[in-house]
Amino acid sequence: MKVTLTVNGQQRSDEVEPRLLLAHYLRDTCGLKATNIGCDTTSCGACTVVVDGLTVKSCTVLAAQADGSQVTTLEGLAGPDGELHPMQKAFREEHGLQCGFCTPGMVMAAIGVVADNPDPSDREVREGLEGNLCRCTGYHNIVRAVQSAAKAGPAAGQVPQSQEVAR
Amino acid sequence: MSILGTRVVRTEDPLFLTRGATYTDDLVDDRLTGALHATFIRSQVAHGRVLSVDASAAREAPGVVAVYTAEDCPDLAPLPAGLPMVPPAMQRPWLATDKVRFVGDIVAVVLTEDRYQGEDAAELVSVDIDPLPTVVSTADAAKDEVLLFEEAGTNVAAVFGGPPPEDFFSGCEVVVRQAVKNQRVAPVPLETRAAAAAWGEDGRVTIWCTNQGAQQAKGEIAGWLGLDPALVHLVTPDVGGGFGAKIGADPEYAFVAWLAQRVGRPVRWTENRSENLLGMLHGRGQDQLVTIGGRRDGTVEAYAIHVDQEAGAYPRVGVILPTLTMLMAAATYAFPKVHASARVLVNNATSIGAYRGAGRPEATAAVERAVDMFAAEIGMDPAEVRRKNLVPPFHEPHTTPSGATYDSGEYVVALEKALEAAGYQELRAEQARRREAGEVKQLGIGLSTYVEITGADTGLGAAESAELEVHPDGTATVLTGTSPHGQGHATAWAMLASDQLGIPVEKITVLHGDTDRIPRGGGTMGSRSLQQGGAAVHQAATELIELARQRAAEQLEADPSDLEVDLTAAGLSVRGTPGSGITFAQLAEKEPLVVQTRFEAAAPTFPFGAHVAVVEVDTESGKAELQRLVAVDDAGIIVNPLLAEGQRHGGFAQGVAQALLEEVLYDADGNPQTSTLADYPFVSPTELPSFELVDMATPTPINPLGAKGIGEAGTIGSTPAVHNAVIDAVAHLGVRHIDMPTTPMKVWRAIQQAQQEGTN
Repeated sequence: MKVTLTVNGQQRSDEVEPRLLLAHYLRDTCGLKATNIGCDTTSCGACTVVVDGLTVKSCTVLAAQADGSQVTTLEGLAGPDGELHPMQKAFREEHGLQCGFCTPGMVMAAIGVVADNPDPSDREVREGLEGNLCRCTGYHNIVRAVQSAAKAGPAAGQVPQSQEVAR
Repeated sequence: MSILGTRVVRTEDPLFLTRGATYTDDLVDDRLTGALHATFIRSQVAHGRVLSVDASAAREAPGVVAVYTAEDCPDLAPLPAGLPMVPPAMQRPWLATDKVRFVGDIVAVVLTEDRYQGEDAAELVSVDIDPLPTVVSTADAAKDEVLLFEEAGTNVAAVFGGPPPEDFFSGCEVVVRQAVKNQRVAPVPLETRAAAAAWGEDGRVTIWCTNQGAQQAKGEIAGWLGLDPALVHLVTPDVGGGFGAKIGADPEYAFVAWLAQRVGRPVRWTENRSENLLGMLHGRGQDQLVTIGGRRDGTVEAYAIHVDQEAGAYPRVGVILPTLTMLMAAATYAFPKVHASARVLVNNATSIGAYRGAGRPEATAAVERAVDMFAAEIGMDPAEVRRKNLVPPFHEPHTTPSGATYDSGEYVVALEKALEAAGYQELRAEQARRREAGEVKQLGIGLSTYVEITGADTGLGAAESAELEVHPDGTATVLTGTSPHGQGHATAWAMLASDQLGIPVEKITVLHGDTDRIPRGGGTMGSRSLQQGGAAVHQAATELIELARQRAAEQLEADPSDLEVDLTAAGLSVRGTPGSGITFAQLAEKEPLVVQTRFEAAAPTFPFGAHVAVVEVDTESGKAELQRLVAVDDAGIIVNPLLAEGQRHGGFAQGVAQALLEEVLYDADGNPQTSTLADYPFVSPTELPSFELVDMATPTPINPLGAKGIGEAGTIGSTPAVHNAVIDAVAHLGVRHIDMPTTPMKVWRAIQQAQQEGTN
């Protein structure tokens, strides 16, 4: 079947199998490899992307279901001149990533957390990220990064293509 | 001012945060064009005789290029058992032939054009297995009634040491004995296992795979397949976590290379999480018996530990874990008598391997539990018992009764720092208040002191290599034999070179994990990287300066001894005459300015520390919540505090997870109960607090950096502190011990049982 999506601001149409997962569509059809797949039970959140302003786990959505949607992945966050999104910047400054595998999903989910709550407490960040697993950081610096990004302003809760993000 | 010791943010991160890292499954490479996808068909029976494997329907399925069962590859020799102490009969076949021995044993493999077709075709392979009685626990394995390998005649894979002398505890006023389980856990790096292989027209194979050391992985794969190592080019792409479970190669990686040769096309394999939880090595898996004896004044006189180690179905690195547990049995203590022994048993479960700490966390967990039980038995504060028995501060080598020679340590200082930072007396007062008031939520305070061995491969000839080259454009390249997978070597190694050469960190590229470019290397494991690989980079920079000095002396017509490093210029200048000299980049214009070196430390190092955990236990539900973790971790001199703290945080989380939550479970028939992340209770952000870190840095004389390992310390210290805290919270109710993980059900049952015993 044919699907038409806007991925990181660019519209594209592709012929896909009806059963193709959005995560595989992004990785294999679009060649956007930042979005990772870390489980098969919607548990780890490594595949989190923003679809029409909502953070979703792309392993649990079919490409067909996303037909007509706007999708933002990690690759779509930085400015055209390479300027880092406030959440990307905060993850770097606070050492919120180590091996980097959970990071693309974690950054997208974190944007959703700040979109919902512009000044989250330690506990609120943890509850907001409960569906995203990290094995390296113990979450400590991820929490610091999300709080630091939130303090920098509302842009930390927005993605370039769609200004409203909610979880 | 030196860049060392400063919080330099990672050079890796801009790419990781904008395009993502490039893991094995992300690779786009011409050599992999048209690659087939491998899908392994695994046994769903823990122990049984293979009656038939019928792949005929799968062979007709869409996209299927080939299906291999054991019958289809008779030329593959069985994998060697690997370790000299293991009975040779305990070999792993590539594909199950007569028997399967765990849920996850490979029975067949399907090659398809795409990965969805592989899953479809795998469903069509019909496997008929006649189940046999299973061996799940070490106690069952030890009976030798049901054997995994009949030809071996036993389930015992190895024995280390014998029982202690009969009078070992005679004369002790108090002797406490307890069976302690150090449960089987799953490492769960977020990136599962993955490999790709392509053969070139030159007869060489390029293998890309996720691992913790390309050179070791290459050696193993070449050995297993009987290939000339010169024909194997192994490349390690970015690696999404390892934690010990990606040390060396896995048979699947070699199999992918064999399949690619057999079908004449490149082959890729990326397992999904369910396959990973069955197929990747698990960690820990020890049944321990600890005995501690001493006087009522708190002096411990003797300590003994026996370990029954699970090996899983096919013995791998897990076999040697108890030797590290035995080596570190004496821990931080000056116990006059220490005895340790172990036995390793095969069982119908996933093979055991290294997992963050690998044998040392098990040693610390055992002794820290023993000390707490001894303290409870004599009615003394556990902090006081530790003070009485810790090895006093030392800066000359200290050899323990269990045979380890520690480099330097100040264990009492670490303990006092942790107690002070935690506010120990106030915590005890609050605990007393809650106990007095009979509150539902009780407070538990748990302590641990630890010492561990890092860089344990030193002295065994496993040095680390480094190559350093300065280029004419002023940039530099470091080639390292370590294998970063989150630790930040690209940043830290660049800092080490920058510190001596004056070349900015951003201009230094660190490369690893390509066996053609870096033929020798030890990889990243056992917290060895900085003290071996980092020290090698440091040494390379020193040697490069000497090389540059000779060349500059010729060019400047100066005496070499009059030349000194000018960090501002990134070059050499005549002493006392800044700006008179020549830069390293200029020296590289005429001929390459490059050095290759190897560094080998004379001995391992022994990081240490003390942790205090504060938990709240709901005595009605049994639920334990970690409220605080205060950690003193002394890893000697710190090169980059940002990275070192990150290592500690991650270690804490995995240690806490073992104490509170995580366990790989099998039912009585060997069926895994935790084979997805929906079932395996991987620690989430809500189950952890932010951590409280206390700094302490006692240099080691073993390497020029003064650095010890930091990768595993957090895990080693946190597990027993949290475990002890949970038991401490309910100790006044009569509970003496609860095995990990201290889940609500186990805590609740322990309270119920203690209360019943109290009323009887």
